[in-house]
Order: sequence, then C-alpha cells, then structure tokens
Amino acid sequence: MQLSQQKDIDVKAIILRTILYISLSVLAIGFLFPIFWVMVSSFKPAGELFTWPPTFWPQNPTLDNYTGALARGNFGWYFRNTTFSTVVATALTVIINVMSGYVFAKYKFRFQNILFAMVLATLMVPLEVIMIPIFRVIVATGLFNSLWGIIIPAVASPTSVFLVRQYYKSIPDEFMEAARIDGASEFGIFLRVMLPIAKPVIAVLCIISFMWRWNDFLWPMLVIQSRNLFTIQLALASYSGEFNVDWNSLLAMSSISMIPVIVVFIILQKHIIGGVISGGVKG
Amino acid sequence: MKRLEMKIFPYLMLLPMMIIFTMFLFWPALNGFWISLHNWDGLNEMTFVGIDNYTRLINDRNFVRAFQGTMLFTAITVPSIYVVSLALALMLTRKIRLSGLFRAIFYWPTMISSIIVGLSWRFLLGESFGLVNYVLVTFLGMEPVRWMTNTNMAMFTVIFVTTWSLAGYYMVMLIAGIKSISETYYEAAEIDGASFWQQFFHITLPLLRPMSLLVLVLSTVTVVRSFPLILALTGGGPAGHTRFMVQQIHETGFSRLQMGSASAMAVVLFVVLAILTAVQFRLNRGGGQDAT
Repeated sequence: MQLSQQKDIDVKAIILRTILYISLSVLAIGFLFPIFWVMVSSFKPAGELFTWPPTFWPQNPTLDNYTGALARGNFGWYFRNTTFSTVVATALTVIINVMSGYVFAKYKFRFQNILFAMVLATLMVPLEVIMIPIFRVIVATGLFNSLWGIIIPAVASPTSVFLVRQYYKSIPDEFMEAARIDGASEFGIFLRVMLPIAKPVIAVLCIISFMWRWNDFLWPMLVIQSRNLFTIQLALASYSGEFNVDWNSLLAMSSISMIPVIVVFIILQKHIIGGVISGGVKG
Repeated sequence: MKRLEMKIFPYLMLLPMMIIFTMFLFWPALNGFWISLHNWDGLNEMTFVGIDNYTRLINDRNFVRAFQGTMLFTAITVPSIYVVSLALALMLTRKIRLSGLFRAIFYWPTMISSIIVGLSWRFLLGESFGLVNYVLVTFLGMEPVRWMTNTNMAMFTVIFVTTWSLAGYYMVMLIAGIKSISETYYEAAEIDGASFWQQFFHITLPLLRPMSLLVLVLSTVTVVRSFPLILALTGGGPAGHTRFMVQQIHETGFSRLQMGSASAMAVVLFVVLAILTAVQFRLNRGGGQDAT
C-alpha cells in the first residue's frame, strides 16, 4: 500500500518535471529565436530575404549584406563613433563615481547627508523628463553635435555612486589609518591603497556602463545631428524609415553591433546577473 | 595642515560629479519647469504665458491620446511583465538542472539595444514576409495577422515585445527574492501537506512582497518612459495609436518646435511617474499589514 503510494508520487513528480523542462525549453526558444533569426537572415542575399515560403537556412549564404552596409552606409564610421564614446564614457564614469562613492563611505563632512540625498534624488528625474531643457544646456555649452555631448552629461550615475559607497563601507578603515601614519596624503591613500582594493566593484561599473553606452539611443538622438557622428543605434533607427526599410543593411548592421555585447555577456554572464541583483536591490 | 586637507578633500572628490549633476540635471529640471510657462520655439525670445501651456494640453487631442495610450500600455504591460518574470523565477528556483543556462537565456534580451529588439520583431512579424505570419497561414490556416497596421494588434504587439525584452531583468531580481525566503517555511508546509499553490499563495507571495514592490515600481517607471523600442517597432503607428508620451514630447519639442508646450508635457510625465511610485509604495504598506 505504502509502496504504491510512493510510486504514485514518483510518477507524478516525473510528469511535473517533464512538463517543467518542456515549458522551459519552449520559452528558451522564444527568447533566443528572434535574434537568431536576424543573424541567420543577415547571410541571405536580397532575393532570398522575402521569398514565400521563407527559407530557414540561407540557400546561398553570402556576405553581400555586410560588405554593402560597410560600403554604402559608412558603417565603419558609426562603429568607430560608438566605440569611442563607449570607451571614453566608461572610463570617465568609473573615475567620477568611484571618487564620489569613496568619500561618501569613508569621510565625515558637512552637508554629507544632504549631498547624498541630492545624488539619490537624481533618480527621480530621468532624461525623458528634461529632454527640452537639456537640449538648451547642450547647445549653450557647445556640446551639440559632438561626441563629447553624448559622453560628458551622463557620466555621473547615482546607482554607481551607491554601489561604490556600499562596497567601501564593507572595507575596514585600518588600511587608511596605516597609510596615514606613514604620512601619505589623502589623495595618495585613495590612489594607491583604496582604489586597487575596489577592483570588483570597478568591474561591475565597467560592465554596466559599457552595455548601457553601447546600446543607448536617447542621448545620441538629442545630441547628434551630422550623419558622420552617428552611433550605431542612431544609424539603425534612421535606416528604418516607416514604410521603406532597407532590411539587408539593417540585419547585417544589427548582427555586427551585437557581437561585442554577446562576447561580453558570454564571458561575464555571472557577474552581469550578479550586478543586477546588487544594483537593483540596493540602488 | 592635515586637518585642512581632511576638510577639503571630500568636497574636491565630489566636485566633478556635482558639477555634472548641477549642469545637466538640477538646472535643466528647474529650467524645464520655467520653459513650460513660456511660448518658445527654441531660437527666438521666450514669451511668458503663465499656465496656458498646461490648460491647452487638456484640449490637445494628440496629447490626450498619447497620455491615454501610455496609461493603457502601462496598465497592461507592467502586470504582464510581473507575471511572466515571476513565472520564470518560480520555475528556475525549483531544483532543476541547467537553471544557470536558462537564467542566462531569459536574461539575454535585456542586453540587446531597444532599437535592435524593435527591429528584430518587426522583421519576424512582417505582415507580408514575416516568419510568424508564414507559420500562422501555412500551418494553422489563419489569415495573415496585421501585427502593426491594425490598431488593436499594434498595441498588443508593442506590449508583447516590451514584456519580452524586460521580463528577464526582473526575473533575476525575483529569483534573488525567492531564494532569500527561508527553506524552513516550505519544509513546515510540506509536513502539513500543503500543495504547491498553497505554498505559493501563503508563503512565497507574502514574503516576496518587498521585492515585488521594487519590481513593480522599477518596471512602471521604465515602461511609462518607453520610446526607442516602439520607435523601431511601429514608429508610433498606425496613425499614432502607439505614440506614447515620450515620443509626443520629443515630436512637439523638436519637430514642431513648441518647446513650452513640450516642457509642460514633460512636467506632466514627471508628475505621473512620481504619483505612480508613491501609490505603489502606499498600496504595499497596506498589503503588508494584511500579510502579517
């Protein structure tokens, strides 16, 4: 009696488990397929892209879309602009936010709480809300239609300051005291003692900033006007006019632009997802 | 000497960040409100008009439609993101193999730019050439679905793709929330013979409440501001049926050069965001008392 009951439960558990795995697999396909389809299709020649029935695997794989996008669309420029603004912005983001997070964690000074509250208050005002006045500031500061106009205004980030502050709070003050007794300046302590300790959190900031900058659309859209300063995202959006879409170039450009993101994600997948948890929960 | 250094050093370190926040955030935020009280084309002198821009918004058919569209879109998208991400999180917190791989796969769409997400789905859902319609027509004998030119379908498409692109992010947060619930509750429930759903409604959901609130607030604030994905997917069409507030602000300001009117819309957007956030915190506090 008891044995058969045990068996019933086992059978039920196996069925449930099978259903679980099947649903997960179906969902996984649903989450992977759209991008896979873009990448596969990017190797199809123009004529094959819209055949009915569609070919699943390219019948005559070709690199025409890629060479075409490179030749006609100045894709090299867009790639260079995006790389430049992403790399420089990420470096500046790390420097500025680590400096701020560090002093918020390790020093006591007047107006500290007010200043920190101001940093957190910036979360309440997203770029979408200040598009019009920010444009005015961009123009007034001569940053309009310049890659620096994408880079500089967005390098200070409340979430990053918060992450760095939390990280330094967990580091004992003894490191600083020891250096102080040796006569180091405050800036020397930061540069030579405290900065190297922060490697893990700096890595997280680099990933967040890199991903965001590489994919960002709104800032470049507001700041950049000339085609030769377009980032990849701007170029992709501009190629997709409402009725006439140049799918050949778009598919190829999308595929190339995703390569850095895919590489970073595959290598650093665990850290990225871990960063969401700490950033999202605490920030 | 050292004491002076200790006093000045923190401010010096904060200076770059504060300059940037002041120039590119605090000042524009105040200035935006100021602009909203003026008529301004972005070039010539501003003329003060008081609250005219705000009163005119009520009769601006395009704005009212964008506002209603945004609210409808948010009201459906936020719950669907929550349900999908919670379902994924529940599945992945069972003891299964490859959960790390599945988690990475579901998270993956959040790594792709909104523009590419929009374009990819536009390609898949193409009405005369897309793979989805091919499958529906050939294997299920359906009429081709007008994913982007039928007004109701376009709204559905935009909601579906937004959910697809964001669910993985909140799934990760909900997984962390579920994992932080102590095993002992479930063990005790198991001994009492509680079913999976009983455990879900009486243990998981109540104890997950703080994380759920965070997910709801963050996803609301994100969804209300949707723009690039929709721009790439439907461009706001058909006939403006998926044109939401951010796109409306952008077009009013930069295409029609009505900076004052656009700024008034932006102030409305800000108020909406603030109210939604406050309401969700309030609701959760009330609910929290029920649960204990």
